Amino acid sequence: MESLIKDPGLILPGRREFLKISGCFAGLSWLTPVSHLLASQAEQSKEPARSIILVWLSGGPSQLETFDPKPGAAIAAGSKSRATAIKRVQLAEGFEQLSDLMGEVSLVRSLVSKEGDHERGTYLMKTGYRPDPTVEHPSIGAICCHELPRGDTSIPRHISILPAQWPARGGLLGGEFDAFQAPDPLGTLPDVVSSAGGVRGDLRMANLEAVEKAFAKGRGRRFQATRHQETMREARAMMTSEQLKAFDVTQEPQSLRDEYGNNAFGRACLAARRLTEVGVRCVEVTLDGWDSHVNNHEIHRKRLKELDPALSALIRDLRRRKLLDKTVVLCGGEFGRTPKVNLAGGRDHWPLGYSMAIAGGGIAGGRVIGETDPEGIKPPAKPFSIADIHATVLTSLGLDPKKENIAPATGRPLKLSEGKPIHALLG
Amino acid sequence: MGTRDLLFIGLILGGAAGLGASLYPPRLDARREERKPQLKRDDGLSKTVAGLDRSFRERWKAEGLEPATRASDLTILRRLAIALTGSIPSLEELRRLEKAAQDQHIDLYLEELLGGRRFADYLAERLARVYVGTEGGPFLHFRRRRFGSWLSDQLIANRPYDQIVRDLIAAEGLWTDQPATNFITVTYDPEKKAVDPERLAGRVARAFIGARIDCAQCHDHPFARWKQADFRGLAAFFGQAQMGITGIHDAPGEFKPTDRKTGKDVTIAPRVPFLPELLPGEGQGDRRERLARWVIDPKNPSLPRATVNRVWALLLGRPLVEPIDEVATADEQPEALTILAEDFAANGYNLRRLIRAITASEVFRLDSTLPEGAQTDVEEDQEKAWAVFPITRLRPEQVVGGIVQAGSLTTIDAGSPLILRVIKYFGEAAFVSRYGDMGEDEFDHRAGTIPQRLLMMNGEVVRDRTKPDIFSAGKRIALFAPNDRAAVEVAYLTVLTRKPSPEEARFFMTRLADSRGRDRSTRMSDLIWALVNSTEFSWNH
Repeated sequence: MESLIKDPGLILPGRREFLKISGCFAGLSWLTPVSHLLASQAEQSKEPARSIILVWLSGGPSQLETFDPKPGAAIAAGSKSRATAIKRVQLAEGFEQLSDLMGEVSLVRSLVSKEGDHERGTYLMKTGYRPDPTVEHPSIGAICCHELPRGDTSIPRHISILPAQWPARGGLLGGEFDAFQAPDPLGTLPDVVSSAGGVRGDLRMANLEAVEKAFAKGRGRRFQATRHQETMREARAMMTSEQLKAFDVTQEPQSLRDEYGNNAFGRACLAARRLTEVGVRCVEVTLDGWDSHVNNHEIHRKRLKELDPALSALIRDLRRRKLLDKTVVLCGGEFGRTPKVNLAGGRDHWPLGYSMAIAGGGIAGGRVIGETDPEGIKPPAKPFSIADIHATVLTSLGLDPKKENIAPATGRPLKLSEGKPIHALLG
Repeated sequence: MGTRDLLFIGLILGGAAGLGASLYPPRLDARREERKPQLKRDDGLSKTVAGLDRSFRERWKAEGLEPATRASDLTILRRLAIALTGSIPSLEELRRLEKAAQDQHIDLYLEELLGGRRFADYLAERLARVYVGTEGGPFLHFRRRRFGSWLSDQLIANRPYDQIVRDLIAAEGLWTDQPATNFITVTYDPEKKAVDPERLAGRVARAFIGARIDCAQCHDHPFARWKQADFRGLAAFFGQAQMGITGIHDAPGEFKPTDRKTGKDVTIAPRVPFLPELLPGEGQGDRRERLARWVIDPKNPSLPRATVNRVWALLLGRPLVEPIDEVATADEQPEALTILAEDFAANGYNLRRLIRAITASEVFRLDSTLPEGAQTDVEEDQEKAWAVFPITRLRPEQVVGGIVQAGSLTTIDAGSPLILRVIKYFGEAAFVSRYGDMGEDEFDHRAGTIPQRLLMMNGEVVRDRTKPDIFSAGKRIALFAPNDRAAVEVAYLTVLTRKPSPEEARFFMTRLADSRGRDRSTRMSDLIWALVNSTEFSWNH
């Protein structure tokens, strides 16, 4: 196991002050030899996580009004922060519930990318790669479905609830790894109700069989390669699957539904938990509307009223069910927003130092990785890329980020992630 | 009336105009569609086609492959309609063709399609994807439509392709007035207030040179033919393109990318990746004009090859050289590509002639089934060598185009009643997004997906068109077909553009036997449901 201090980005709360006092700048280990040993044993015996829930803040939330507040600084432009369960770690005002859960949540505050456009930034965050016209990268959810066994899951294992403009794709892994798009769990799932059931449904299938038989003749292997009949079988299995009930949040007690919030996003988070319980590998839940070029503070205040209860309820709920170690919860958007407030009281796109929250999946909680300039001028001293987060998550799922897939058109080998796992989070 | 009211009314009128333009794109010359198709003169076309056929025959012989037999006329008509209009032939069209001489069905239909607005609109949309991509971004919807209708006008006038390409690369002016400039404006970044020379270089390289030079955008790859200097040299041709109040113009300036190693900006001079002797010297027009003239120079074989490869893929579902936009470096240029590229360049870059040549070839008219008794373990080899027609997944709009057409007996096109056009336009958009667009890598080998099957089995578009209501084909067939055999046959023709096999006919006649009234309509709609949900319907073959 790598020592924590080898990881240059780790800034544990209070480290600055501690360094000042001790005057000790190198060779510092936060763990005693015995705890090192215990930690490495724990890591070996630990079972890998099984699924990912990506809480996607579409539009690009401001780091300053979410996970990286700068209380009192000029760039805060009046937005306030609050103390959390972890000493010296502050969250933006509005995270009343998540503050108490900081022991479970870690923050990466020094993400840096070159993508300041919504579509390109979204692609980067979801795939871990910058857009490249020569290859279509798979999103992390698609990678998990491709790498991890299916088990007895008869519904799609990659799902996007309340998808915004660019739901996660399968990329070079193929369309069968695209996220299945689902609406507010209160409504019905599209197209899963048979348009003719019972005897008539059987008659239709018998009709179809007659047509398929004629077409398969003389086209044997290429007919198989279309996967048409196979996907038909899978689609029909899904239509009658008991696991579809995972979408039905009304089966949960009213008190729990209230805890998540009586809105589409809250229900989607609750459905996400239910889906991971039936073997879904990755659920993307979108909360749209963070593109605050105008009235930044007000927009964030409103969004946090939905985000805070739902995200906190999700973490608590998973913890109660002893599923938090098996489920990685990620929360963030395509980029952050400018430290400078514009004339319309908004903040513009800012990929040069933004945050993501991460919890569960055996990933350490209560840690803060990297920091941004309190004046919003200098770039973060220890920048991380989103690929590093991908590598971290893949590692927690028991996958090797360095493993390569071959891009079909070019034959180019492509790593699951180009990033390096952030060991400070895996320890 | 206040200013706000005026603005509001303006907004409504603008929206209505936009909707009208979408439903009824502005026509260059509506009368063209009325013109009766005439069979074309030959002009050496048959010689080119014979050369094409010979080159494939030689290949099959060398590889010991037995080619498939010729496909039925109906199958070929279906291929033409799908590739050229994004839909399937209507029963009305098939009945009309039946009246012509047997050996003229295909040629007549081809000429009818090539002269029509449906073809121009559809090809324009397919090409626009290559020119300006599929991403939304700041490229607004109406701009895209303006670009598409301009392109469609060029195609309906059969303007030489090299001239269209010149306009795309070098046009100046406002996007409204000179819609070709949208090739440039699509890359405009409102934050940087500039067009993006690197994205433009990538587009030009892929669309017109047939080279993935943009792979070398960041650094040189060992063993790769294209180097970063090639890419940047190409990008520098767009280094002076500016967007101002008078639209796109070239103005003094330089392309100054940042060097990755030193972090400093370096000035890059324009340079073409090969055949530098064809580039007009400085002083002979601005940079984009010079690049355009290099691209379309008849001595530069890249544009004809890249175009042939793409048009081939649009017609047969797979390009001659893969990947589709890397033709220039292929170790071995297939002879077929060379023959067609030379014919294209020697005959005025005529897209219709190119389409005629490809569709007249033996390969285009082969069946997609293996000959009886053929070894099934060489099936993929057969397909690779074009000894059997490839089976490829249809694009979403082709599937929905087929569903909408199959739900009606008459041809659905710009001349159809407004209500059908509205259904087609809006229904399609939602359907395409749920079916899943393939993005720009549309010629990748893709299999079907679960959401597609759910959409076809249970979705609204199919449900509405197969339910036994008075306007649907199913109901009308059930009502008017004289007997069970005719009813089954018409259903097959309408949905799958073929006649049922004897087994299929027997099977479905039994299903319909002794039924009447509502019961008969229901059985009929279950038959149509099965046809629409078959592999055959969602795949090109």
